[in-house]
Amino acid sequence: MDIQILQEYLPLFGEAALLTIVLGTAGIAISVVIGLICSLVQYYRIPVARQIVRIYIEISRNTPLLIQLFFIYYGLPKVGIKTDPAICGIAGLAFLGGSYMAEAFRSGLDAVDKIHAESAKSLGLTGTQTFFYVILPQAVATSIPPFTANVIFLMKETSVFSAVSLMDLMFTAKDLIGLYYNTTESLFLLVVLYLIILLPISLFGTFLEHKLGNNSVRQSRKTTVKRQVSENARKEVVPDVGN
Amino acid sequence: MWGIEVIFKGKNFLRLLGGLGTALQISLAAVLISIPLGILLGVLMAGKNPVIKAILRVYLDFIRIMPQLVLLFLVFFGTTKVWGWDLSGEVSSVIVFSMWGSAEMSDLVRGSLAAIPKHQYESAQSLGFTPWQTKIYIIIPQTIRRLIPLSINLITRMIKTTSLVLMIGVVEVLKVAQQIIEANRMTAPDAAFGVYLFVFVLYFAACFIPSLLARHLERKWS
Repeated sequence: MDIQILQEYLPLFGEAALLTIVLGTAGIAISVVIGLICSLVQYYRIPVARQIVRIYIEISRNTPLLIQLFFIYYGLPKVGIKTDPAICGIAGLAFLGGSYMAEAFRSGLDAVDKIHAESAKSLGLTGTQTFFYVILPQAVATSIPPFTANVIFLMKETSVFSAVSLMDLMFTAKDLIGLYYNTTESLFLLVVLYLIILLPISLFGTFLEHKLGNNSVRQSRKTTVKRQVSENARKEVVPDVGN
Repeated sequence: MWGIEVIFKGKNFLRLLGGLGTALQISLAAVLISIPLGILLGVLMAGKNPVIKAILRVYLDFIRIMPQLVLLFLVFFGTTKVWGWDLSGEVSSVIVFSMWGSAEMSDLVRGSLAAIPKHQYESAQSLGFTPWQTKIYIIIPQTIRRLIPLSINLITRMIKTTSLVLMIGVVEVLKVAQQIIEANRMTAPDAAFGVYLFVFVLYFAACFIPSLLARHLERKWS
């Protein structure tokens, strides 16, 4: 490995990493919004919209991002929908992420026992109050582990953006390898920069999970019913994690 | 209309299916390697040896945190540079997906083992089961029930991930689709829409069927 080459390449990779972070964050932010809407539609069982959401989730979860991007970037312009690469990347990530986020939030909402909503109603809380003061705080706690897993997963998925000619980390690495054959240095920087982006999110996720995990154990000791509920919630959460 | 006719022209339909076949073969090979390997690693991770656990943790976390495409690049370009190996795209992708699959599988195994309540072990002991009998008659059957739906999910994830092999030059569905679109550039300039839509549907079918099966088993057994 040549230090001089590393120094020379670092700014290029830094720029690419910035693009990865910006596009990833934008895509994830939009997918959180989509996910929230979809999970609420499913939670409140809104007719018609619920079926549409169901179909969307199945389509988006059962196709790879690369195929979605190819369709958006190369297919859609032929029927008159033209987008530039950055918007296409964000749209693809949001389309994919929306369904994963929806599942994460839905598992959180479903984990809140129906009795809480009923009790709130009997205490005279309105629907909105019940949602914001009773259901949401509890749902957020259960949603956090799958949520952070999804954030990491979506950040990882941005690596296919190079297919739609976005100059992200993968693109830069491939380009430099092709141009100068400094494979070792390029791959080293590629790995290091991805670690810099992903490791903090992962560590923060583990930290939160530990914190919440301890809490739920403490709570579950109180009653067996509670334990059953949180176990169900955990079971629900496991298969939804990752791609 | 939008290149739908291009799909059924000549051997194009069969070529696209063949491309999907290549992708499925790669994922099948990777799954066959990663399930036993993942079970072994998962059991080791659930074990008590702290040194093995620490080493495995770093390795598995590294594999799981890196985008699969980065791993593909590391194996495909890296091994050529460092050791002078001339791995084909197919071989590198099987290696990478086996490494990634076994890391994911080991996590599922570890999770399923951890999910078995302690009283199962204690009850078995109080009934006079030896540790081996406890494992064979009590722990393993329960773990397998939890694991099967999760492993099927892993298979669908594997199929989705195989779409990445395009980036290291393996001729699979997307590559075939590109070739077909290029070949019909003059006669059907709008073919990209229809052909990519078709590829989309192909991948959806390949992933949706196993995930339905996984969901069915999950409901039945939980």
